[in-house]
Amino acid sequence: MKTVAQFAIAREQLLDEQGRLTGEPPAFAADGEQLRRMYRMMVLCRMFDAKAVNLQRTGRLGTYAPCAGQEATHVGVGAAMRAEDALFPVYREYGTQLWRGVTLTEILTYWAGDESGTNFAGPRHDFPWCVPIGSQAPHAAGAAMAFRIRGQARCAVAYIGDGGTSEGAFYEAINMAGARSLPVVFVIVNNGWAISMPVSAQTGAQTLAQKGIAGGVAGVQVDGNDVIGVRAVMEAALAKARAGGGATVVEALTYRLSDHTTADDATRYRAAEELQAAWKIEPLLRTRAYLEAQHLWDQTQEDQLRAQCTAQIDEAVHAYQSRPTPSTDSMFDHLFANEPATLTAQRDTARRHPQRGSHTG
Amino acid sequence: MARVTLVEAINMALNRALADDPDVVLIGEDIGLNGGVFRATQGLQQQYGDLRVIDSPLAEGLIAGMSIGMAAQGLKVVAEIQFMGFIYPALDQVANHMARMRHRTRGRLTCPVVMRMPHGGGIHAPEHHSESLETLFCHHAGLRVLCPSTPAAAYGLLLAAIRDPDPVIFLEPTRLYRLARQEVQDDGVAWPLDQAQVLREGEDVTLVTWGAMTHETLRAAEELAREKISAEVIDLVSLSPIDHARVLESVRHTGRLVIVHEAARHAGLGGEVAATVAEQALHDLLAPIERVTGYDTVMPYFSMERSYIPGPGRIVEAARRALQY
Repeated sequence: MKTVAQFAIAREQLLDEQGRLTGEPPAFAADGEQLRRMYRMMVLCRMFDAKAVNLQRTGRLGTYAPCAGQEATHVGVGAAMRAEDALFPVYREYGTQLWRGVTLTEILTYWAGDESGTNFAGPRHDFPWCVPIGSQAPHAAGAAMAFRIRGQARCAVAYIGDGGTSEGAFYEAINMAGARSLPVVFVIVNNGWAISMPVSAQTGAQTLAQKGIAGGVAGVQVDGNDVIGVRAVMEAALAKARAGGGATVVEALTYRLSDHTTADDATRYRAAEELQAAWKIEPLLRTRAYLEAQHLWDQTQEDQLRAQCTAQIDEAVHAYQSRPTPSTDSMFDHLFANEPATLTAQRDTARRHPQRGSHTG
Repeated sequence: MARVTLVEAINMALNRALADDPDVVLIGEDIGLNGGVFRATQGLQQQYGDLRVIDSPLAEGLIAGMSIGMAAQGLKVVAEIQFMGFIYPALDQVANHMARMRHRTRGRLTCPVVMRMPHGGGIHAPEHHSESLETLFCHHAGLRVLCPSTPAAAYGLLLAAIRDPDPVIFLEPTRLYRLARQEVQDDGVAWPLDQAQVLREGEDVTLVTWGAMTHETLRAAEELAREKISAEVIDLVSLSPIDHARVLESVRHTGRLVIVHEAARHAGLGGEVAATVAEQALHDLLAPIERVTGYDTVMPYFSMERSYIPGPGRIVEAARRALQY
């Protein structure tokens, strides 16, 4: 037999675990302010995340999906995208969303059980959080098709988790993106765990990046804790897509330092040693080390940043806690542009029986 | 004015929508050069190109999911599902995203998508090609569900569905695709949404139905007329929302109600019509409400489908029972 197809998956890393450059720095890395901006956003995410978990633990927020450990992937992707590109998130990529203009208050409002948090004031064309796993991938393929139809130089970026790559919708979207060379990038955030399922039990595939290959889509791995590497790989993938070169699957290797959500207890299935090891290679440490080595950052700036983040988060929490109580009409107001007559009586019933909290009426 | 079949009327409406609005795009399996397996999209890709009439890979979930992505970025999408029995992989997208995108983003993103698909049996098709699954969609908030029964209705309702800013499930009665011709003017005029149609006026009993079953029901009304029983026939047309007011008005007049549908009886839409009449017009009823439906069996393969689909005999029998009560 002769070989009729071959493939290889490359892994990119530009900033190693100690914060040393391991390769040729991309153009943006020569701009110290760009790097500082990315680092600031990563710190804001980490601090906001801790606050959100605390709000949940003290009964002031619903179930929340933490992002700790994944900040470099999220911020690197956000920094590589253009404002006119469209994001199709899962539900914990706050770093990308904040970079694109979603607010901390909107995130908190959503996790407080109120969908109005998805009515982003910022990126109006970005999709909201997607809870049914994998189902956002075809949306991104569709948006990319719309950009193609309209002749726009825009790209769609879809997130998916390592568990999500087992869903049929993911393969269907990749297959379409390959068939039509669509301007879309699928970012697999491989954080090691799909709730309690390790990647090794999720798939027999050597890498998740190679899942694109069968659909005719190039795949690449990147150290997802390396914000410079993630941004560089994403910039290349987006430039290729914008130039008509088609889709890319980017597998970012990172780690979920938290539980799956605040309703999960990862100690039930995950070894403490694994978590301790992951904390040693988390993304903030190495980014700060690199910035300090380049004389772009010092302790005074760090102290100032943390004070600023605390103030920004406190302000967002205050705005969140003082937002108006939604009325029962919010269940009905946006079901249809032209409301069917059949809903009127139900709207009136709901108005007469408004209930708050966990009690039903 | 042309005399056209129902499937030709659909083609005419799609052609009109594509010509009128550059944001309208079609997506589905084999809808391009092949014109769709029923030829509903015949000639359209040749006329409008493969970026507006898109042959999709063979994946119904992808068709629905991509339609959401395209629509939320400003296009108006008409998706074709080849047969209703293949809708299940698309249900996740329709129920979890298409139906609720406007609601969950508070109107920021919307899904002006029409999901067209053949509905019902009677054409000697393979297994899984003859289902009547309207209830699946009627149970979901945020969707409109339409089912035309004539070429004129198909033309006017499809234009209305495409122009509506929200998702519409558009059920096309498979055995009516080529059954009859009707004068339909290609005037671009859309029918109103959410309205039932009175197909035949009557005094003694109200027969409520939709889709292909309108034909069996009208034949039953003819037969009843020979027995001096005057039946009013209402075509719901809109299965979600239901024009309950029109049904109630008729039942208050006749005092008797027979609901006819091809879909299975249990949790079928007939139950919803019956419950609403029982709630709001109990004292106008002169007899118990009757339902004539498909059986609570698997939709049979074609050797048995004519025994499954309610015929005029079963409808007449139910109407007589109501009259004799």
